[in-house]
Order: sequence, then structure tokens, then C-alpha cells
Amino acid sequence: MIERIELTKRFDKIDPLSIKNYLDFGGYEVFKKALKMKQEDILNEIALSRITGRGGAGFPVSIKMKSFAKESGFKYVVCNADEGEPGNFKDRYLMEKDPHQIIEGILISAFSTGASKCFIYIRGEYAKAIGIMKNAIKQAYKTNHLGMNILGSNFSFEIEIRRGAGAYVCGEEFALIESIEGKPGRTRVKPPFPTQVGVFDKPTLINNVETFCNLPFILRIGGTEYSKIGNEYASGTKLISLTGNVKNKGLYEVPYGRTIREVIEVLGGGVNDNKKISMVQLGGACGAIIPESLLDMDIDNEKFNIFDSKMGAGAIIVMDESFDMFDIILKNMEFFQHETCGKCMPCREGHIQVLNLIKKFVRYSANEKDYLSLESLAQVIHETALCGLGQTSMTSIISTMKFFKEDYQQRIKESLFKEEYYG
Amino acid sequence: MVNLRINNIDITVKDNMTILEAARQHNINIPTLCHYPDLHINSDCRICVVEIEGYKGLKTSCSTPVSEGMNISTNTPKILNARKTITELILSNHDATCTSCVRNMRCELQELAKNLGIDINRFENVLVKKEIDNHNPALIRNANRCIKCGRCIDVCKEVQGMHVLEIIGRGHEMEIAPAFGKYLSDESCTFCGQCANVCPVGAIIEKDNTNTVWEKLYDPNYHVMVQVAPAVRVSIGEEIGLKTGLISNGKLVSAIKRLGFNNVYDTDFTADLTIMEEGTELINRIKTGGVLPLMTSCCPGWINLAEQEYPEILPHISSCKSPQQMFGTLAKTYFAEKENIDPKDIYVVSIMPCTAKKYEATRKELRIDNENPDVDIVLTTRELGKMFRQMGIDFDKIDEVEFDDPFGISTGAAVLFGATGGVTEAALRTVYEILNNKPLEDLEFKSVRGMQGIKEASVKLGDLEVRVAVSHSLANARVLIEDVIAGTSPYAFIEIMACPGGCIGGGGQPYGTTNDVRLKRIASIYEVDGNMVYRKSHDNPSIKKLYKDYLIEPNSTKAHHLLHTKYSMRSGKA
Amino acid sequence: MILQKILESYPVSEDYLLEILIDVDKQKENHFISEEEITIISNHLGIKESHVCSVVSFYTLLSTTPRGKYIIQICKDVPCYLNDDFNVLKTVENELNIKVNDTTRNQKFTLEFTACIGCCDEAPAMRINDSTYTNLTREKVIKIINDYKEGKYD
Ligand SMILES: Cc1cc2nc3c(=O)[nH]c(=O)nc-3n(C[C@H](O)[C@H](O)[C@H](O)COP(=O)(O)O)c2cc1C
Ligand code: SF4
Ligand code: SF4
Repeated sequence: MIERIELTKRFDKIDPLSIKNYLDFGGYEVFKKALKMKQEDILNEIALSRITGRGGAGFPVSIKMKSFAKESGFKYVVCNADEGEPGNFKDRYLMEKDPHQIIEGILISAFSTGASKCFIYIRGEYAKAIGIMKNAIKQAYKTNHLGMNILGSNFSFEIEIRRGAGAYVCGEEFALIESIEGKPGRTRVKPPFPTQVGVFDKPTLINNVETFCNLPFILRIGGTEYSKIGNEYASGTKLISLTGNVKNKGLYEVPYGRTIREVIEVLGGGVNDNKKISMVQLGGACGAIIPESLLDMDIDNEKFNIFDSKMGAGAIIVMDESFDMFDIILKNMEFFQHETCGKCMPCREGHIQVLNLIKKFVRYSANEKDYLSLESLAQVIHETALCGLGQTSMTSIISTMKFFKEDYQQRIKESLFKEEYYG
Repeated sequence: MVNLRINNIDITVKDNMTILEAARQHNINIPTLCHYPDLHINSDCRICVVEIEGYKGLKTSCSTPVSEGMNISTNTPKILNARKTITELILSNHDATCTSCVRNMRCELQELAKNLGIDINRFENVLVKKEIDNHNPALIRNANRCIKCGRCIDVCKEVQGMHVLEIIGRGHEMEIAPAFGKYLSDESCTFCGQCANVCPVGAIIEKDNTNTVWEKLYDPNYHVMVQVAPAVRVSIGEEIGLKTGLISNGKLVSAIKRLGFNNVYDTDFTADLTIMEEGTELINRIKTGGVLPLMTSCCPGWINLAEQEYPEILPHISSCKSPQQMFGTLAKTYFAEKENIDPKDIYVVSIMPCTAKKYEATRKELRIDNENPDVDIVLTTRELGKMFRQMGIDFDKIDEVEFDDPFGISTGAAVLFGATGGVTEAALRTVYEILNNKPLEDLEFKSVRGMQGIKEASVKLGDLEVRVAVSHSLANARVLIEDVIAGTSPYAFIEIMACPGGCIGGGGQPYGTTNDVRLKRIASIYEVDGNMVYRKSHDNPSIKKLYKDYLIEPNSTKAHHLLHTKYSMRSGKA
Repeated sequence: MILQKILESYPVSEDYLLEILIDVDKQKENHFISEEEITIISNHLGIKESHVCSVVSFYTLLSTTPRGKYIIQICKDVPCYLNDDFNVLKTVENELNIKVNDTTRNQKFTLEFTACIGCCDEAPAMRINDSTYTNLTREKVIKIINDYKEGKYD
């Protein structure tokens, strides 16, 4: 079996607007169990599970939680539901189809770390998800799964929703925090890190929607058992947003360690119209573009590091041979040029120049010098940008320069030809 | 203490230092662009990147704290390439017409490009030209030169508490501008010019009035008089490349004369006069139970703030015109009568450390007979430096000359006006002796000196123990103002200066006015005071003569008519 | 009126600024935030207008110029592009006779681009106000636009 259905098991089986449905399905049972556990024990289970963050950076969850648990005073948890990376839609499904699972995960993380309030930051475009989450929170308050002395315990906790308003960069931790505070989403200088000084200058634990959803699952089967799912580099299941030129686009839950090819061919049913795959972009617009020959790679974070990029949030965008690589890169760059917050200079001033250079390739008017400028500029933006946006936006260029270098050379030759014959 | 290695040099520094601080302390220079000593670390320009062994990518030295055993390189080919590339990028969205920019050869971006050896720009210029805001008498904002370093926003918001400038827009389209992208004059800008002082490039500059002055100097129809503010004598040296805090009195006068001014006078004279008028006003208010605390009125930046945001505070503000305006008034009345010149033919130029003074000089309330402005034109210290350079004046090779009479004799008290706390100290020296009828033993009120944001002192005046307070920078001023409005202010007298450090830190002062520089200028101010023959305003013989011959006595009807003014509530529109 | 109601629905705290702005933009028929509204909001929250302006101008869902009653947003990112074999944008442009970023003369429609709206599994997709329309075909787009034109959703 390629799939292992855990986080998505209630999808379409329960009414997302009904907390009763969720409860009938065993919902909040794990949280009740957690309420009786010692906080360290919960954190230890999570450590045993080896779970890593599902929002993109793949940071070990327990390290962040443990350092956050050590902070004192009023503390916030933030659920990152900004999901703006093109090609990703898993968090939307999680919110629209099983909202209480997220709340249960948030409750477990808050209880085990001593946090008092949570902001769920949902991108403004997700109107339906916002409605469903608001309804779920209301029900949770009504049934005392939120509020004062939850289910008769000493634990009190609040959740509030904040909406985004069209800014991809607000998925970045500090930009998110600024946005929750009602400000423009421009990141802050690190250190200090959010776990020390976050929302309203209080310690703040930020995790992705899917990461929270894994917590009830971990406590249900135990950290050790959970860690057996997956491979040596990554444990658990991953929601994969499969899109592009495949027959069966959609959301799939797959244990770590399966290959990309399996996902595309078995779950996705291969490419439309019997065309060939020419490229696959992993993670989203900030991910690497790899050739068909590399598809046998496992789905996990560690191995993806060789491309200087991570698994990302789990998008797989499949492109068939009818698409021009430079058009795709151009689209990626237009996206980042639109989304750069403008705070730091290489990212603000760099993308427009990258765009100019890529356009030359698209229009068959590039030369060797343009290639060198592009190569150097992409590297500088990647290495000097202040936040993850600028640090990762060049991945499609850097990876194609590695795997599709001939295509660049070919385009330069064709440009020369075009110029000579057509002027 | 932390041990680390930079460029193969082992160093030991204090904990919590940044790499940049550690490097500079050991004379290892790392270039920067957006960094400014007294402001936030924004880490926006990414020029100061370094490589740290074991770390991915490049790290900004301004924001990365040192840690034990770090091995840092500050100048590898990779770093140099990154710095050059970023500089090219900045220049590709910049109106780099350097030779026709006020900042030519004094620009931090140009300096960086020069030091990095930028010889080509691989990138297309993508600048979209924007309208230049020159709709006010003090400042010009040229977005085409702005590199969005954010320094101006930081001073405006954090230091001045004004929040006039903000980042408007996102990404490549973003601009540093007032609300709605409007003009400075449409918003509650005080024209303090702190933004112009910290701007690394020519994006916010003072309105240049040097051409007008040259024309007037060569126009035979005008008798052109000039006054020099106290703070200018301790900063002009820096402007022409000499030592920070250098005291130049005689040479300054001599150089100004060489520009063609008939007579060179000292604003210190009217500073003494201000003390006589304001001191008397204070004594009267104390004696008659008038509105207290009395707040000083010499700083036009603060007056702008009060009129725009705190109408309730206006009755507290001394009715005295500022020393600059008193000078203008006397020039066009007392002096005109004495010398038998038609006041319309007198042209009064001020050399001020301040951009708000440019605005003050245009105020309708500050005109003789409601039409002839007290002061015709204001030049900043920087513009004076420009005129010196235009004329090729070499400070080293000129003689020392005294200020001219009748507005040339002044006291140590007057020169204190240049530093924060100075007006208070000068006022106390006079008010004390008048009210207590005995000489003051220790002239120096040390507790109101220095760079602390809010300072206090208390003095025995007659039977009363009177408390006074001093603030500099408008964010600090707000603290005192709000107490006064709330009725909880314990003070009888409050001095407010808009600029950090007082006028020596004014918006029109030489570039690079950091707090370290401010301290040096302040020290020089006190040195000048210490060396004066007269150190109390009421001892100034010329002032005594002025009252005897013309004004009768402080706060006389005539003095009131000429030397006092009114304030009124204004919306943001200047 | 609308503004006052919105202001009353939140605590007077500056962190609600973005929430307030989103509501104003959404609830007004012409989906924009005027200078007067910015002034009122800044006075209400005790913050500077410049700060409100910087927030409004940062977020692409907010506008400072009037827009149509229905805002049509077309995704221009890769997953939609890969599945867009008939050109959604052109189709809508033709139906409404306007270009992207324009508003129809009757103030009913504004056409905009949007970044990915997370409907890539049903690409190509577009958004009209808060509703999403997916698995678009030329016929489907034309029908949707016509339904709106005819006032089916008014
Ligand atoms: C530009 C940018 C956008 C991001 N967008 C998201 C997002 O939409 N959702 C998300 O969970 N994480 C996003 N991240 C990653 C977050 O910064 C952060 O790493 C994550 O929320 C941490 O949660 P996790 O450890 O559970 O993955 C983004 C990062 C960057 C740099
Ligand atoms: S990398 Fe880009 S998005 Fe991130 S802070 Fe810099 S300009 Fe903003
Ligand atoms: S105006 Fe000057 S100080 Fe302000 S952001 Fe632009 S370059 Fe920096």
C-alpha cells in the first residue's frame, strides 16, 4: 500500500460542521488522555516520534516544543494556515474537512508546553475554511473543549482566528507574527527567535496545520510506533498535493519513504494523453525542478537537501513535455517578484532583475553573459536574503542550472541563431 | 567573554556583541550601508555579510551575535561578489546622477560603490520616476534617490515619535512616504530634519537657499545682515572636514565675511535677550500665579508639534519669539533706525543648525508690520559649508575676526542654547540672581547637562523650591507634554528641544551626527561657555544698553510688541 | 455606517487593524478603503494614518481605489497554467470586455490576477468574491460570468 490514511481518515465521513460527528468518531479522546499525562511525558512521546514540521522547513518538532516549554509567562501558540505556496492545498483540506482534528492537536501542544492562547492565521482567500474553523471553535467553546478549566481540568485555553489579506510572505514566521499584530508582514531580524520573543513580544510556538494534526495521532499510537512509519530520515505520513499534468490530481496521504515516481504513477495515474514527464517541481514555487530521471528519490526531507531545498509542504507539480521550462521559471519568478515584501535589498531589487534575465531566455534573446549574470544573481539572492522567501525563491533557477544546463545552453544558441536570421 | 577568530586573527570580546561590533573594535572594517549607530538594526541592505565556518549561506554581521569559537571571514571572493551584486542592484533602481546631487562625494552609497570597486552594472536600470516633494520651505523628498534603508522612518517614528514617514506599498513598488503618499506639508511633519540628517543618500535633503543668498549678496539694493546660531560654531569644522567638535569662532566669522556679508552678528546676542524676556516672563508667572509650567519657545520643531497635536499646551509656551526671530526683528527696527536704513532694504540671513528654522522664518506671525519677514532666509550649517566650498575658502589660512557690534557681544549663557539643557541653565543663572538678589555661587547646573532623554533640577528661588525639566527629541518631549496636559507635571519650567542633544544635533548639522558626535559638540559648547568673560545674560553690557536705549525694560510694551508672538492650533497642513 | 458597525465589533486594540480593514474592504459594495475611512480608523485605534496606509498598501486583497461589486480573480501560477488549455483570462476578458485590473463601466466587475488559491487539484480555478470556481472550461466560465451578469447572485 502506497497510502496510509491517518490524518485524512475522517474526510468526507464526518460533517465538518458538527463537533458531535467528530466526538462520535473518537475525537478529543487523545486530548482527554493527554490532560491526565505529565507534560514531560507528552513531550517525550513527541520526541520519540521523530516528527518534523510539515510547513516547509522540516525542523524537528520536539526540539522547538521543548525549548518553548522552558519559557515562562504568558505564551502563545500559532497555527500557520497561510498556505500560499503555489501547488499546495493540504491545509485547506484539513480545515475544510476535519477542523476539530486541528483544534485537538493545538490543545495537546498548548497543554504540553504551558501556552495560554492560540492564533490560527488563515489566508484571507480561504473563505470557506475560515467559516468552518470559526464554527468549530465556537462549538469547542460551547462544549468546554476550549475556554476556562477545560473539561474540568486546570487547563484554560483560548483560540482566535486571524485572517491574512493576500501576502504569501506572511507564512514566514516573523512576517506571520507581524501580521497577527495587525502590521504589514515584514519579517524581523533573528535572533531572538519566535519561541523567545514572538507575538506581542511573548514566547510563541509556530507550527503548520498538518504538524498539529499529527499530534493526536502520535499520542494515540505512541511515539515509538509512530516513528516506525516512514524511513530512517523521516517518520509519519505526509500529505502530498499532487498537481499538474497528471490524470488524478489530488491530495494523498503517503508515509515518508515512498518514491516520487510511485506517487505520480500509482496514485496520480501517470501523465495525461500518454505524454512524457519532462520536469517535476517539488514543494511548490520555491522548490527544485528535477528531471524525470530523478523521480525514484524517496519522499523525505533529508535527501532533498542535496538540491539545497527541502521537501517543502509536500507539493508535487508534474509537467509534461509540451511545456517550456523557461515559461515555468518565469511564472515562478513573477510570483516571487509579486510577493517579495521589499524589506531586504537583494530580494526587493533582485527579483525584478532575475525576471528581466529570464524573459530573455523565454524570448530567445539570451546570451552567455545573461546566463552568468543570472547564475551569480540567483546565488547572491539565495545566500544573502533576510528571510526564507528570498533564500528559497531561486531554487527553481539554481536546480535547473544544475539538471537542465543543456537547455540553457541550447536556448542561448537558438537565441544567436534567431538574431542572425531574423535580426 | 567570548573567543573567536576573524580573518585568522584571534580576538576576545564581551558577550552579546555582534560580529560587526567585535570586528570594528579590533579595527577590522566590514562595510555597511543601512546601519546607523543610534538606530535599530534593520539588517536590510545585507552588505555587511560575512562567512562563518559551519553556517550555511552568508550571515549579516550587524545582526549576528558572536559565539565561542566562531571562525569568521569578512572578505572572501564570495562575500565581495555578494556585496558588489547587491550594490549593483541598488544602483539599478536609483537615480544615480551623482554629479548633480547634493550628496556628490558625501554619499554613503557612492562611497560604498567606490570602495567595492563597482566598474560596471550588469543590471538594467528599472527606476520608475516619481514626483519630487518640494512643497514646503524646509525639506525636499526625492524618492528617486531613496534606497529604502529605513533610517528616516526609524528616527521619525522612534526618536521623534512622529511617525510621519512610513513604508507605503510592497516589494519593488514600495516607497518611503507620508500617509497616502502625500507631501510632507500635508502631514504633521515638524520639519525637524532628523530624517535628512540620517539619510545616507540625497533622498531627503534641506531646501537649498544658497543661490538666493549669493544673489542678495551681490545686489547693491540690499543691506545683507547675517546671524550665526550658537550650535554652528562647534559643528562647522566637521562640515569642512576638520575635527569633530572643533570650536571655530574667529575663523567662522572671518570666512563668512569673505563670502561678502557686510556685518556678521551673533544669535547669541538675542539668546541673551531671550533669557531676559523669558526669565522675566517666568518670574511674573510665578509671582502672579500665571500658567505654569512655562515652556520654552526657541525650538520651531517643538512649536510645530504643539500647534499640530497639543493645542491644550499652547498657553504654557513662552510668548517669546525665538532668538533667530528676535534678531531679525531688531535688525529691521532698532538697527534700521539707528543706521537710518529702510527696513525693506535690509535682508536678514540666518545660519542655523536647523531645517525647521527655514519654516519658522516663513511664518505669517513673524513679520514686521505683518509683511516684512523678521528673517528673510535661513541657511543650515551644511549650506554654509557649501558656500565655503563654492568660494574655495581654506579655514587654515584665514585670520580670526570678532563678531560685529551691536549684536556681537554675548555671554556664556547664550552659547549654552546650542546644547540640550542650555536654555534652562542660562535661565536659572539669571532668574536665580534676580529673584534671590545675590550672586549665584556655582554657575554650572550639571544635572541638566548631557544626553539623558529627560533631565531635572531643582532650585531655590526666593522662598520657593522650584523644579525644572529638560527634554530633547520629540518622543521624550511627549512624555513631559502629556504630564502637563494631565495636570500632573511638577515643574515650573520646561525646556523642550526637538532634536536629540539639542541644536548641536539639529537636522541641518553636518552628516554623521551620531550620539558620539553630539557629545563632542556638547563638550565644546561648555568649553566656550567656560572661556567667556560674561557668563550670565543679564551681565551682557550690550543687552543692558539695548534696554536702556530702546526696549526700556524686559517685557515692556515695546518689548512685547517686538519680541513676543502668539501660537495657534493648526491641522497638519503647514 | 458599515464602518461604525465593524469598528464596534472589535476591541479597541491596534492588532485588530488588519481584521477591520479586511471587513471594510469585503463589506463595502465597491470593495475599497477610502482616505476618510483610513482617518476614522486611525483615530479610533489611536494610531497614525501613515501606519494604516502602510498596512493597506501591503496586502493585495485590500484596495484604496473603488472596485466592482464582483471581484474576479484569476490564478496565474504554475498548477493552473499547466491545466489551462483554453486561457481562462482571455475568456473572461472577452466576456466582460475589460483587461486585467480594470473595472467594467457599470461598476459590476473588476478583473484581477491572484496568486495560487489552493485549488490546484481542480485547476484551472478562479475566485469571484468569496466563492471559488474550479475545473473550469470555456463553457463553464462563460456560464458563470453570465449568471453574475444576469444578477443571479445579486
Ligand atoms: C515565504 C515563506 C512562506 C511560508 N509559508 C508557510 C505556510 O503557508 N504555512 C506553513 O505552515 N509554513 C510556511 N512557511 C514555513 C514557516 O515559516 C514555518 O517554518 C512553519 O510554519 C513552522 O511550522 P512547522 O515546523 O510545523 O513546519 C513559510 C516560510 C516562508 C519562508
Ligand atoms: S527575503 Fe524578500 S520577503 Fe524576505 S525579508 Fe527580504 S525582501 Fe522580504
Ligand atoms: S529617504 Fe533616505 S533615510 Fe529614508 S529610506 Fe530613503 S535612503 Fe533611507
